[in-house]
Amino acid sequence: MNQFVDAIQFIFNEHESPAGGAQVGGLSNMWDLMSEHLQLSVVAMAIACALSIPLGLWLGHIGKGGFLAINVSNVGRAVPSLALIAFFVAYIGVGFTNLTLALVLLAIPPILTNTYTGVRQVDRDSVDSARGMGMTGAQIVRRVELPLALPLIFGGIRISAVNVIATATIAPLAGVVTLGDPIINVNTYGDEGRLAAAIVVALLAVATEVVLGLVQRAVTPRGLKLEGGGHRWRRLAFAMPNNRREAST
Amino acid sequence: MSPLLAQVQIHQRTQDTCVSDNGFCPGWIADNFDRYVDPFFQHVLLTVVAVAIGFLIAFSLALLAYRRRWLVNPITQVTGVLYTIPSIAAFFLLLPITGRGFLTAEIALVSYVLLIIFRNILTGLDNVPEDTKDAGRGMGLTDRQLLWRVEVPLALPEIMAGLRIAVTTTVGLATLAFFAGAGGLGEQIFADITFKSNVVTAGGLAVLLAALLDGGILLVQRMITPWTRVVAAR
Repeated sequence: MNQFVDAIQFIFNEHESPAGGAQVGGLSNMWDLMSEHLQLSVVAMAIACALSIPLGLWLGHIGKGGFLAINVSNVGRAVPSLALIAFFVAYIGVGFTNLTLALVLLAIPPILTNTYTGVRQVDRDSVDSARGMGMTGAQIVRRVELPLALPLIFGGIRISAVNVIATATIAPLAGVVTLGDPIINVNTYGDEGRLAAAIVVALLAVATEVVLGLVQRAVTPRGLKLEGGGHRWRRLAFAMPNNRREAST
Repeated sequence: MSPLLAQVQIHQRTQDTCVSDNGFCPGWIADNFDRYVDPFFQHVLLTVVAVAIGFLIAFSLALLAYRRRWLVNPITQVTGVLYTIPSIAAFFLLLPITGRGFLTAEIALVSYVLLIIFRNILTGLDNVPEDTKDAGRGMGLTDRQLLWRVEVPLALPEIMAGLRIAVTTTVGLATLAFFAGAGGLGEQIFADITFKSNVVTAGGLAVLLAALLDGGILLVQRMITPWTRVVAAR
């Protein structure tokens, strides 16, 4: 337990580095690491959302490309994040831009798959009524399919965001100094610094999950909440739709 | 002890020009394939043990929650937090308690897959049509017989889908298990992260392992659920 006490002290107080010389630890040091961590994660998530949500909406709307939209997740899961980052380091190079690109690739699959699935599971009758009211394709996407798909889209964003924050921990391997720095460069920060970083990363991931969960609840249209009830989370289960039984529900 | 000490630049200590220029060198890979064999099997062990233990725990939790519905939310929340904590952080959080090694890595990996498997088992059980259950009860099955002869078999597609996701994710996370001192292919990736041949071989083996285990589970699923093929054929 002593080690945890030391780690907490590391977060709040500066120490001399075990390697000698520089001061490490303390709130301002942790804040610098965390802001770099967040900056990297937010930029990567923003780009991933900007690419995959429109693509998912479009594919879902025209009802094509389902094979791609769903299997991109299966392929994405199979590539370890460490391997992806190592591949970038070896072939493309280190630095903020390259690493952001790697994280974008990591973040796209869950958002794309969930957006596509979210649009496809919108009740066809709702879409037909919208069309009957004279809405154009773009209006249907914006006013019917997007709002009804939002809960699932945010489910995808949650999965990606937590994954990106976790992976940003190994960013120092690619030369970006995030909260992972005390973990990777333990000689500079010491064991208590490494444990402190692990604590902060864990809290950051849980906080992200909780906040995005609240956002997800807030953007769920009231109609869906009423209809869903205790039933709703089922659709958010980890699905592998290509070999699921179709007969039930 | 420090991972940094392990970071020897393999490719800078050689006469081979392809290797010292950091190219992609099939010759080097063929000559050095030995160094990936043990980590590969460590990786297999890490993954299979984590998913097997995770499955046993999640299956018990799912059966419990299926009978006592009020347990669904607390179990989902607790396993949800375990799922959210990044494994690399979990390894170091466990280090002061369980020390370096296989056990620490396994605890973190198992806690990660619980939510995935739990949710899919419960979804599978919930999706069994009410009519089918009624038919079973009409035939005089007790609750226990109904569970094992009707509900679990019909939930198998979802259960197996959960296992497939758990297995591929765990292969990915196990590349970080060397931070907990448990070896695996990640240790090789980390040994020289700038060397193309090394990164491609170790990373490629991890992807291959994920695909093999995924395909293996799919095969087992086809064998134990022959009725789904009839449905698909219609």
